[in-house]
Amino acid sequence: MIKEKYLHAGLLVFGVLAPFLFPNYTVQISLLWIMILFALTWDTLGGQMGYNSLGNIVFFGVGMYISAIVQIGVVYDVALYTSPDGAALTGNFAPAQYYTGLALGILAAAVGCVILAVLFSQVFFGLRGPYFAIGTLGLALAAGELVGAWDYVGGGGGIALPVFPSDPKSQGIFFYYLCLVSALATYVFLRWLYNTRFGLAINAIRDDEEKAEAMGIHTKRHKTAAWCTSAFFLGISGALFGNMTGFIEPLEVAFPTITFGIFMVAMALLGGKGTLWGPILGAIVFHLIKEVTWTYLLGWQWIALGTLIIINVVYFQQGILGWARDKWPDLFGLTVDEAMSSGSEKRGSS
Amino acid sequence: MWDNIMVLAAAPVFNVQLILDGLFIGAIFALAGYGLALVWGVMNVKNLAQGELVIMGGYFAYVMTQLGLHPLLALIPAFAIMFGFGWLVYKIIISKVIERDLFTSLLATFGLALVIQQGLNLAFGPEVQTAQSGMEIRSIFGGNVTVADIRVLSLILCAILAGLVVLFMKHSRMGQAIRATSQDPRAARVMGIDTEKVYAFTFALNAAICGAAGVLISMIWVIQPFYGVPHSIRAFVVVTAAGLGNLPGVIIAALGLGVAEQYSGFVLGAEFQQATVVMLLIFVLMWRQFQMSKNRQVVQ
Amino acid sequence: MTTKMKTLPFAVLSASALALALAAPAYAKVEGDTITLGSAISFTGKYSTNGIHAKNGYDLAVKQINAAGGVKVGGKSYKLKIVYYDDESTPARTGQLLERLINQDGVKFMLGPYSSATTKAAAPIIEKYKIPMVEAEGASRSLFTKGYKYLFAVLSTSEQYLASTIALAAQIAEKSGKKASDVKVAMAFENDPFSQDVRAGVIEDVKKFGMKIIIDDKLPRDLNDMSATLTKTKALKPDLLLVSGHSKGAVTAGRQIQEMKIAVPMIALTHCEAGKLVSKFGAAVDDFLCPTQWAETLSYKGDLFGTAADYDKLFKATFANYKNVPYQSAQASAAVMVWKAAFENAQSFDTEKVRDALSAVELNTFYGKIKFSSAGNNIAKPMVLRQIQNGTYNVVAPAEWASHKVNYPRKAN
Repeated sequence: MIKEKYLHAGLLVFGVLAPFLFPNYTVQISLLWIMILFALTWDTLGGQMGYNSLGNIVFFGVGMYISAIVQIGVVYDVALYTSPDGAALTGNFAPAQYYTGLALGILAAAVGCVILAVLFSQVFFGLRGPYFAIGTLGLALAAGELVGAWDYVGGGGGIALPVFPSDPKSQGIFFYYLCLVSALATYVFLRWLYNTRFGLAINAIRDDEEKAEAMGIHTKRHKTAAWCTSAFFLGISGALFGNMTGFIEPLEVAFPTITFGIFMVAMALLGGKGTLWGPILGAIVFHLIKEVTWTYLLGWQWIALGTLIIINVVYFQQGILGWARDKWPDLFGLTVDEAMSSGSEKRGSS
Repeated sequence: MWDNIMVLAAAPVFNVQLILDGLFIGAIFALAGYGLALVWGVMNVKNLAQGELVIMGGYFAYVMTQLGLHPLLALIPAFAIMFGFGWLVYKIIISKVIERDLFTSLLATFGLALVIQQGLNLAFGPEVQTAQSGMEIRSIFGGNVTVADIRVLSLILCAILAGLVVLFMKHSRMGQAIRATSQDPRAARVMGIDTEKVYAFTFALNAAICGAAGVLISMIWVIQPFYGVPHSIRAFVVVTAAGLGNLPGVIIAALGLGVAEQYSGFVLGAEFQQATVVMLLIFVLMWRQFQMSKNRQVVQ
Repeated sequence: MTTKMKTLPFAVLSASALALALAAPAYAKVEGDTITLGSAISFTGKYSTNGIHAKNGYDLAVKQINAAGGVKVGGKSYKLKIVYYDDESTPARTGQLLERLINQDGVKFMLGPYSSATTKAAAPIIEKYKIPMVEAEGASRSLFTKGYKYLFAVLSTSEQYLASTIALAAQIAEKSGKKASDVKVAMAFENDPFSQDVRAGVIEDVKKFGMKIIIDDKLPRDLNDMSATLTKTKALKPDLLLVSGHSKGAVTAGRQIQEMKIAVPMIALTHCEAGKLVSKFGAAVDDFLCPTQWAETLSYKGDLFGTAADYDKLFKATFANYKNVPYQSAQASAAVMVWKAAFENAQSFDTEKVRDALSAVELNTFYGKIKFSSAGNNIAKPMVLRQIQNGTYNVVAPAEWASHKVNYPRKAN
């Protein structure tokens, strides 16, 4: 790739300076980083490995709840806190308690999600093609319903998270940088991962799982590891999002299967799945379209979004980057051998 | 939970109520499930907008009552107009995704579902609606079990509709073409069948069946623009459990699902009623996988 | 060519700044002669029925106030205007939209969202920015136990919804020679923050009388069938059936109680009016008890709208498709009136001064008396219990407001 370092520098400068350049948009840009993280982690399975999950959101929600339980648990009895009588306890967290709880909570969320991903892998990777998609969709829907029936974490009544022990501006900036760091960490890690032998192995699984197996790739272990990677970062994003929202409940905030859960797929597809920059680009464009339609097309925003998804998958499936790659292949370091490529698909090396 | 089982043991007559309610509603699930099995089997499209098509049908019944007519009359326009709508959707969206990978149809129809939901919301408002059939409600077993005539009637209508579709598939020219295409589209094309038309017809028929199911749902349950999702999930559970091209399987799975929902609502509590549906979906997938893994020899 | 490579993602990145600016049309809190209020409310999703009821209430009050000369501050008269966003009935969205209203749109005065769930998400945000919010639709008691200073609610809190129903059941039991503790209660409450808070209040009241809870189901969100719960009701024969699940819960219960011929002598539902039960089911819902924040038959009276009955008439004339005026609309209108009073008392648009004026508001309105406790909830207005009698809602409890006697047991159809 030519001059990718300019992109990196640009992104980094924008990321670090954004809260000062656009102080009023801190929350929206934080959310943008989370969206980028969503699209990147979805693409690990969906784009690189060819397993289209519709249930990755489950790790987001589980991470959110694990973090909440840990944050509250370091100070109070969780069952009491979530009961109607415990409502008054929300504000009573000293700064030291708050930050310890948050650090432990994020850590526990990440680790907990990885453990869960290992368990789910045992069950779900037996499913192929659309059955994997439907099965994981079921998983995410079931998770929301089951957490809603669990009184220990407040059931459908939800949990009010500990209040940030300082003023709103610093809370916004604090969580902004946490979001930025986790999105960048996801990017850096995946970028490294895709260039290792592991990356090649999961690409081989995507292209032909049976053959990959025949060539001695331990497919199940690779699939599990890939899902664990997604789960790790999604767990962190859930913990952060929960704390930014302040009030969490199972169906709408923690396990929003038909909004965030589908958005992550749509974003990766929009940008171009199976590439590193595609999901990032897709997330940026999608987020912008969403914010603009929500302002100007009140009541019509879902129609706009549904139409976007339809046009995207039906007429424009290669995504923005895929389209650009077909249009200007030499920019991507591809040289097209006219003799070879006639009739066969062009493959990129990016 | 245990208490509730004891209630059933002490007064078995309530089992009758649960089973009847489950069967009545299951019959309607069977319609939507059969439609899904049709498009899945014939053209390999997994329609996530199935529930939205059902809800759309429900609004025909609602409009009928607003016009002062009996909601059952909506069956005819719902079937006809939804057929046309299905054809249109096929031409604009589905025809473009048939040849693509399987995931594409899931996502495209999800987009369609969003558009339909919001369209209904804009057209009819977000209120929960019902269509009153105004029919008799009968008590049996000394009032312990009630049966609404509309439920019995809808069961009969479901059976008639299913029967007609089966006859159509077996004996009409188009039905035979559909079956031929589902077995081998290439061969069908070679034999001179216009597969494009067959696909369009199949999807349109599915929409029409869903529309009819929706009319019945609106007289038994309630409808709302955003209530399609649970119906879609149910259709997927039914089809996954039954397998493709297995009409008796679809009917049994749908009736079983209806009864299972009622029992889980009774025994575990209403909060588990929907969870049961999705858990069943996962369970069915697992079970299928287990079945298949017996035939698959891989060293792991 | 290399420049093109750079420009593609770069263009998108830098366009983000532009588009984000596009995403926020500028509103100042007070501009020219207009005061801008902001609200993120549900136009889509599961709360949208009532979200629209509330919006209609807000809009009617704004129209009425502007027509009557607007808000007079510092000798100048200002018009009111509301900026809405759609929170899609999800608390996750509420927080983001409030940040946007506050930071990007510069709105300094908020009206509440619909539902306790979204209000719970809104409260910490307005609190941290010290932006006052008058809300009319979030009744959870837990909103008022956290020491929020910028949250003011014109409505009565969740534990009061079914309190008078339970008191009534106890009273009836004692009158007929039984003990209050003999009353068996069946509950079916939606699994959402509002209904679960109502449930918490009910459990306390039930304990007080020593009644027995024999069914305690949580209804799912995409609620369209509760026949399993009702079959249980048939088997266990409770004396009192309580259902709460916003409009969809009321409609589902209305249909299925009729269809299954549930013969419980006393049935209470929340959100009867909002679910338009009478026009949907007619005689089948006769004798249902419906707790309400407000009723058009009450003798409340105030400036602007006149009496409760006047409001009722005006509302129906403005919005033709309403047969009964839901209290959700009435309290929304009342919230806007509170803002007017607060601005005029403060004679300022400074948020702190307005907040102090809000906490001191004492207002007689068509919606009842409004006076806030130090926790921010309205303590001056009772909830009343109405019964659907021959298709009309009549107040039957508490005694000081009752215009009709309660029908007990309800006639089973």
